[in-house]
Amino acid sequence: MKIYDLPDKRGHFGPYGGTFVAETLIAALEELLAQYQHFRDDVDFQAEFSHELRHYVGRPTPIYHAKRWSAHLGGAQILLKREDLNHTGAHKINNTVGQALLAKRMGKTRVIAETGAGQHGVASATVAARYGMECIVYMGSEDVKRQATNVYRMKLLGATVIPVESGSRTLKDALNEAMRDWVTNVENTYYIIGTVAGPHPYPMMVRDFQAVIGREAKIQMTEEYGRQPDALIACVGGGSNAIGLFYPYIDNDEIRMIGVEAAGKGVDTNQHAATLVTGRPGVLHGNRTYLIQDDNGQIIETHSISAGLDYPGVGPEHAWLKDSGRAEYVAVTDEEALSAFHALCRFEGIIPALESSHALAYAAKLAPTLGKDKLLLVNLSGRGDKDMVTVAQQSGIDL
Amino acid sequence: MNRIASTFSSLGAQNKKALIPFITAGDPEPAMTVRLMHELVQAGADIIELGVPFSDPMADGPTIQRSSERALQHGVGLKDVLAMVAEFRKADQTTPVVLMGYANPIEAMGYQGFAMAARESGVDGVLIVDYPPEECEEWVNQLEHQSIDPIFLLSPTTPKARVEKVAKLAKGYVYYVSLKGVTGASHLDLTDVRKKLAEVRAIISVPIGVGFGIRDGATAKAVAGLADAVVVGSRIIEEIENAPSDILLSNVNSLVKSLRAAIDQAAVPLS
Repeated sequence: MKIYDLPDKRGHFGPYGGTFVAETLIAALEELLAQYQHFRDDVDFQAEFSHELRHYVGRPTPIYHAKRWSAHLGGAQILLKREDLNHTGAHKINNTVGQALLAKRMGKTRVIAETGAGQHGVASATVAARYGMECIVYMGSEDVKRQATNVYRMKLLGATVIPVESGSRTLKDALNEAMRDWVTNVENTYYIIGTVAGPHPYPMMVRDFQAVIGREAKIQMTEEYGRQPDALIACVGGGSNAIGLFYPYIDNDEIRMIGVEAAGKGVDTNQHAATLVTGRPGVLHGNRTYLIQDDNGQIIETHSISAGLDYPGVGPEHAWLKDSGRAEYVAVTDEEALSAFHALCRFEGIIPALESSHALAYAAKLAPTLGKDKLLLVNLSGRGDKDMVTVAQQSGIDL
Repeated sequence: MNRIASTFSSLGAQNKKALIPFITAGDPEPAMTVRLMHELVQAGADIIELGVPFSDPMADGPTIQRSSERALQHGVGLKDVLAMVAEFRKADQTTPVVLMGYANPIEAMGYQGFAMAARESGVDGVLIVDYPPEECEEWVNQLEHQSIDPIFLLSPTTPKARVEKVAKLAKGYVYYVSLKGVTGASHLDLTDVRKKLAEVRAIISVPIGVGFGIRDGATAKAVAGLADAVVVGSRIIEEIENAPSDILLSNVNSLVKSLRAAIDQAAVPLS
């Protein structure tokens, strides 16, 4: 049996990944890689990480059988990996706890982060408070407007939120600005990237911290269902919740892995964020991967109802899983995601994040085509409380 | 000998240092770029660094970001930049032109297609900020097939082993980033630059240009005393940004002339 062992030493997943950054960042990335490789194999580090995940984050998260919704859809059984039950309400905290513990051991006193929807910013502000570090969060000024509650949440936690006014004023520009901060303050600053993108070692490191999702699921499926699911389904923006679920299953070829991107107003319009479904390979934010770009190689503004999926790139490991055929990538529209959002509220009493609603929407399409004995494991990556204003607006309600 | 090498060699013979101004192609508007390039040469530029606008200029401070945004508002892409160089070459066959930019426009055009088109247009060197030596073997090959110099960055944090790696690939000159941070920052520690350049010079044989944070004649003069070339970007872009269009060329001309005069006052260190 083949054993999946990517990335290679220099962070490549096939032709993707790598370290495409300015010389000024190379030394910092090399230091980070060396430190991460050291602590990855360090018993004390792993013990503290596990302890924090259990007692601070609230892991393990359960797998919940959405029986009423499955029955309504009339096909495969839909199981939900409940990452929405984590402290701060999403899977993002798994990674920020891991990176904050690393930052602390590296002697860094200041952490910076980029955020789109604000979930990663909140998760970063949370761990910075927990471990006593200064925290600066870069957020596109458009997103600051769209996500006022999360901005306030970060401030309550003691973080400084800096609105980014350059470019399209969204997640990608926040990432650019965080990189600029890191280059300037590299001695005392640790950059907590929130997804499986960026230069090596971030895609690998964030994946390793998020892989707790898939490892738990494997054990829980055996214990509770006596078998593994037939398919894994997760939404993909940068792709951290998806890779967290997929990674421990990569060598299990019989299990389908399906990543669901944001089709926005439709993949045939210019308002979507379906990078793997419609994009072409290129280089952005330190790695080679699929990108939404024009013929000149300029990055195009994306659109999704879900700020967390509104990103023109995608993690390089997903690019490789697509090309190698191991994973499938599809896209669902804003409308389809909203419909799944409402369905889960009404059938199961769970308010999902709009990001996760994309995965739910695809599960709702797939389930009726399969027998009732099939199991679909959907990563419910976050809860939807943050999306109240957006969803209400869609129904013409001003909260 | 190509244009970059012969420029440095003739400057060396006159005991002079190179002045390398940077402007973004298409800023403030595409029709100005070639005129600006000729103006820079007239005012005393030895080599021109021409920025290729990109939507996500991660290593640049706000001034150059804005210049990139202005150029992109006019839809200026890599092919347009090459056309500007070709236009410049009609009247100037001697001043080297180095393109500076980010990887993705090159990725979109393809290495070979770009290298051939760049040679055709009269480009002499290319510096791609996010192609570090580890990731650019094929890129360097394609440039060398077309006799275009791959220019690399070195920084205060570059360890000796990496300087050696860059030494093997670098042609034309290397660009030493004189501070930690993005373009347009204001602090530059000459003592640090002096110390690091001595280390770099022992390993690298091509000329060394220094840039980032050079904002006035005094700094330019001081840097010229240490390096082979002085690169000035954000300060010139500020002039382009702030000058009314009717006096833009003359304002840039005066600024570059003053930098030229400052650099020419620098004593050439005994080597």
